Amino acid sequence: MSQKVLLTSKEVNIILHRLACQLIEKHLDFSSSVLIGIQPRGVYLAQRLKNILENEYGVKNIPLGFLDITFFRDDFRRGEKQLDANKTKIDFLVEDKKVVFIDDVLFTGRSINAALTAVQSFGRPSEVELLVLIDRRFSRHLPIQPDYRGRQVDVINNEKVLVCWEEKDAEDAVYLITTTNP
Amino acid sequence: MSELSVNHLLGIKYLKKEDIDLIFKTADHFKEVINRPIKKVPSLRDITIANIFFENSTRTKLSFELAQKRLSADVISFSAAQSSVKKGETLIDTVNNILSMKVDMVVMRHSNPGAAHFLSQNVKASIVNAGDGAHEHPTQALLDSFSIREKLGEVGGKKVVIVGDILHSRVALSNIYALQMQGAEVKVCGPKTLIPKHIESLGVTVEPNLRKALEWCDVANMLRVQNERMDVNYFPSTREYAQQYGVDKTLLDSLNKEIVIMHPGPINRGVEITSDVADSKQSVILDQVENGVAIRMAVIYLLASKIQ
Repeated sequence: MSQKVLLTSKEVNIILHRLACQLIEKHLDFSSSVLIGIQPRGVYLAQRLKNILENEYGVKNIPLGFLDITFFRDDFRRGEKQLDANKTKIDFLVEDKKVVFIDDVLFTGRSINAALTAVQSFGRPSEVELLVLIDRRFSRHLPIQPDYRGRQVDVINNEKVLVCWEEKDAEDAVYLITTTNP
Repeated sequence: MSELSVNHLLGIKYLKKEDIDLIFKTADHFKEVINRPIKKVPSLRDITIANIFFENSTRTKLSFELAQKRLSADVISFSAAQSSVKKGETLIDTVNNILSMKVDMVVMRHSNPGAAHFLSQNVKASIVNAGDGAHEHPTQALLDSFSIREKLGEVGGKKVVIVGDILHSRVALSNIYALQMQGAEVKVCGPKTLIPKHIESLGVTVEPNLRKALEWCDVANMLRVQNERMDVNYFPSTREYAQQYGVDKTLLDSLNKEIVIMHPGPINRGVEITSDVADSKQSVILDQVENGVAIRMAVIYLLASKIQ
């Protein structure tokens, strides 16, 4: 197993600020927009972006929710290891709102597909966008593409992208991990 | 751990502490789901479940059906009263006929203790015991513990008294197993005729005096007097039972602390508890019903994930 650094802490920080600016460009004061972090690992990115928007760009009162998609996955009982559910915390309705899904890595697109179904339990959004930190090209199973992306990477099947967050993993960094036997 | 250690839910006795923790953790998420504007998830859209009730039930049957529908499973329900069982069909034949219609899971209530266990060894489907005679009623015990955990923070270390007809009660046995597994202390209280002999061997103590029992406990689980299972008179009259073992508001208010009142339903108002107790703020009876759906969703979801 080998490990290569894709993004350092400094690079992650620059990218987060760029993504925050891109969000402001589109959503201005967020009066009719909401951020939704996808559980489990999209929530750190979502929380970080909200902090940057509020503390450094003065955008106040951005609604932020966390969406767990475990019960909406299409691979239930299909040989994969069963995943633990996480907390869904959305204390607002998304009816007629612009929703921005936030996740760390976009791979097959199946999680986002499940999230599109799951979010309907909270109303009918006027628009749904997708923001990801890492977009793995050439690996999609579904016609889903991000509206905002941090970095696009070409990754083959026996490689894995690992996004670390200071809150959880003691550092901000993105690694490319290659397993020797695919 | 994200998987149950069992393929069927036949009784609490066959579970481990970790299984109960996993069921509770999953039920927490489902409780959030059933409080959403749209209370449904698509997890079990390719699972078919048969609810087979050989004994009367309102709450349990509705609760199971609702749980299955909230998980998007296909559900067929069957009551023995309107079935070929009356024509003399055996249990295995009935169930195998239903399974031929490609059913993945069977939820069964039966008046014979061990019926669910028997079925699990003889048919190919995941079995959930919804009550077998006076043996076990595992989902009821799980939802009771879940309600205690919700109200008091945790089950471990709490003192629970089970009052009433222990002899005929599957709820009592399942509750004793579940509570002890989680580290709670259990007493039983009731007329001597309705306490099984040698119940101390399960690690519970018997307290014949209701007031003493209530003063000791944090939670009182009031069981229904199961008249339908009584072939002889176990106590002189309902009135006398209510006087000795019924909880009324005066008794509840005279205790030196506030205890939680539970009841698995259906309530005989004025017998086990009076109306003002059932509707008081100390009663969690309706929370138990709501939690029942979340618990059953969790059990069915976790068992379904093990179906090949």
